[in-house]
Amino acid sequence: MPASFSSRVVGLAALLVAALSILPLFIIVPGAFSAGFEEAMAYLFRPRIGRLLSHTGQLMLVTVPATIVIGTLAAWLVERTNLPGAGIWRTLLLAPLAVPAFVSAYAWISLAPGLTGFGGAALVTTLAYYPFVYLPVAALLRTLDPGDEEAARSLGLSPAAAVVRTVLPRLRPAISGGALLVALHLLAEYGVLEMMQFQTFTTAIMQQYAVGFSDTAGSLLASVLLLLCLLALVLEMLARGRRRVARIGSGAQARPIRARLGHWTVPSMLFLAVVVALSLAVPIATVGGWLLRGEGLADSPDLLRVTASTIGLALLGALAATVAAFPAAWLLDRHPRGLTVLLERVTYLGSALPGVAVGLAFVTLAVRWAQPLYQTVGLLVIAYAVLFMPRAMVSLRAGLAAAPPELTEASRSLGQGGVATLTRVLLPLISPSVLTGLVLVALAVGTELTATLLLAPTGTDTLALAFWRHASELDYGAAAPYAAMMIALSVPLTLLLRRQILEER
Amino acid sequence: MSEVRLRGVTAGYGKETILKGIDLTVPAGSITAVLGMSGSGKTTLLKIIAGFLRPTSGTVEIGGRMVAGPRTWVPPERRGVGYVRQEGALFPHLSVEANITFGLPWPRRRHHDRVLRLLDLVGLPAEVAGRRPDQLSGGQQQRVALARALAPRPQLVLLDEPFSSLDAGLRSTTRKAIARALRAAGATAILVTHDQGEALSFADEVAIMGAGEFRQVDRPPTLYREPVDAEVATFLGDAILLPGTCRDELVDCALGSLPVSGPTAAGEVDVMIRPEQVLLTPVGEGQFDATVIAQEYFGHDSLVELDVAGVDAPRGLRARVVGTRVLDPGDRVGITVLGPVRTYVRGRLRTG
Repeated sequence: MPASFSSRVVGLAALLVAALSILPLFIIVPGAFSAGFEEAMAYLFRPRIGRLLSHTGQLMLVTVPATIVIGTLAAWLVERTNLPGAGIWRTLLLAPLAVPAFVSAYAWISLAPGLTGFGGAALVTTLAYYPFVYLPVAALLRTLDPGDEEAARSLGLSPAAAVVRTVLPRLRPAISGGALLVALHLLAEYGVLEMMQFQTFTTAIMQQYAVGFSDTAGSLLASVLLLLCLLALVLEMLARGRRRVARIGSGAQARPIRARLGHWTVPSMLFLAVVVALSLAVPIATVGGWLLRGEGLADSPDLLRVTASTIGLALLGALAATVAAFPAAWLLDRHPRGLTVLLERVTYLGSALPGVAVGLAFVTLAVRWAQPLYQTVGLLVIAYAVLFMPRAMVSLRAGLAAAPPELTEASRSLGQGGVATLTRVLLPLISPSVLTGLVLVALAVGTELTATLLLAPTGTDTLALAFWRHASELDYGAAAPYAAMMIALSVPLTLLLRRQILEER
Repeated sequence: MSEVRLRGVTAGYGKETILKGIDLTVPAGSITAVLGMSGSGKTTLLKIIAGFLRPTSGTVEIGGRMVAGPRTWVPPERRGVGYVRQEGALFPHLSVEANITFGLPWPRRRHHDRVLRLLDLVGLPAEVAGRRPDQLSGGQQQRVALARALAPRPQLVLLDEPFSSLDAGLRSTTRKAIARALRAAGATAILVTHDQGEALSFADEVAIMGAGEFRQVDRPPTLYREPVDAEVATFLGDAILLPGTCRDELVDCALGSLPVSGPTAAGEVDVMIRPEQVLLTPVGEGQFDATVIAQEYFGHDSLVELDVAGVDAPRGLRARVVGTRVLDPGDRVGITVLGPVRTYVRGRLRTG
């Protein structure tokens, strides 16, 4: 079919967006070697870099396995056993997503100031990140056809053996996808590790930047960080295996087998209770405690103003990410070809780039080639779009899948032109998903710290920035209202995600 | 309702050619079925007529107006062509009533009695008007899709395998309801299907499609009795093929000298006999004696697999008998071949 004019325009737009998504790479990597290769090597092969690498490695080796065990076990207990109160556990286990990791770190450190270093960093990141594994595994367990498990049982396997040999292998893509998210977040984490005084590449880049903007040193560190991200992506592809996720949805779903816990019921509930207490109750109780002490509210008369500007930025970022994701999502849905798939993959790369790398790249871009853009809201919003486009992309694709070409063609053959088809068929069908995408991006922007620190114009304040300012001055009372507001604003995220899993019966 | 005329329509995707010069005329108010295997280009043909695909050459006329040609292109929304798809493609966010009135100009979307008339036409009760598509059964969805397509009084209705997703019982009742509705509306319609029985029972004319070309276009009885070649014959239904030799108006084969209908080729031919033409008689009373090998039982009728000494039919020798007749393997019967048979030049086809 010859490509029409409009699909060429959409294709060009998708190409531009993809170029923007990988722009940070093309700024940072050449920047790292701008002072010459020898210079770069001399900078890199130093004990300090070795220490950063070893810190990163330690954190990966503890947090990633810990989140896999906690997330998978919790998902299995809730979705596939006769555990009492599964509905409540489902919500409670997702709820930590509403607490930004750096707020959780602040809670722990204000409770136990001695918790700095590796132990604290591993504890807080594990508690904050296990939902990344829990969420996809629980969603998959809900939809996984129990046919295989039943077949294994009828072939003489015990319940436990049936789970290990039929269910676990099929969970591999969900587990490895979740683990990848954990790894990428660990590499990108700034707030938690800075608070725990545990140095990794991200914290080092931020300190480098604070000392004085230096293209080369920062870019070199960021290049190593990008290399590690790439390594994580490749490892995940290998771990995922060849087969994709089992076909989900469509057709009558058989009821899953629920294992009987028996005398394991109490230990299982105890395990989940401890996870929820440490990941949810501790931060919320601590923030609540500081609020009740009343030191905070009087100290933060600008809370409402900061909240308003945060919401404004969040909406702008969400809009930008959704608009930017649209061309590739559309092409992928209507003309799924090799090149289109590549364009979509490229936009996913943005989410693998740490906020610090994207922030640094855009600062460099502005300082060196586009001075008028430096310290503008526009540049910040573009950075948000690059960072969070995948969230919008996933939702948009779900929406477009709900509006297949058959329906738009039906509308055309009923005499409706392009505009009427858009307003009467396409928009009503995709708007719920578009809204979901907007909310997901807005929530991410609302608690983004690293790129915001680097790019926010002077005078622009967000909840995360204000919180960070007070928390790093150890003024925990003054930080509390901003933390509470971030948690409150993130509650819709939990509800939205819970509804999404529940809908996918 | 209007006549549809296709002349030399060629189309494809990229370098792949799907349609290779299609000619088709559907008279106003009649139903034509396009019957073909999957991948033969049936849906592509409908997309060309509906306006979702441009032909690379050839012309399409609807009601005397050219809608696609070398320098003409009328977009789908201005063709007045209703399109009913395999899955119905009802708008999931709209009620049945809003689906049906979707294609009407805005002021007329409130005419509730028009909705009721259309629902009645497709054989649905008035109370479904307020329902959502997902509250309807598959057959009901297809009927609503037809009502929606008929609402703007299209010049032509296209039906793309509309019954194939329904189960057998629902399929035949839905088919009857839709055929009745199309006739009542006096609609010109083109039905695309891979189901022989559906094409033969539904349409005034059937076009057999194979690899982007029409092999034969005829009225159903003509098509079944006088297929142009052995391939079309076996595609349309069960056929016995025997080698034979033509001589004047007769053909000599293992089942005797039989009268030939249609064109005869001199010399070596394939003889095509329908199982309906093989009459079972008591032993000794037919032209030949045969032994029953097996009976394939369908309820209303059955196919009896036979063995006749000295007869080697590559596709087997079968007789169709009414369902009340039950035979056991090994039973001895007599057979007589009734009526004229068709002959085809040898070697064009061995298997079907």
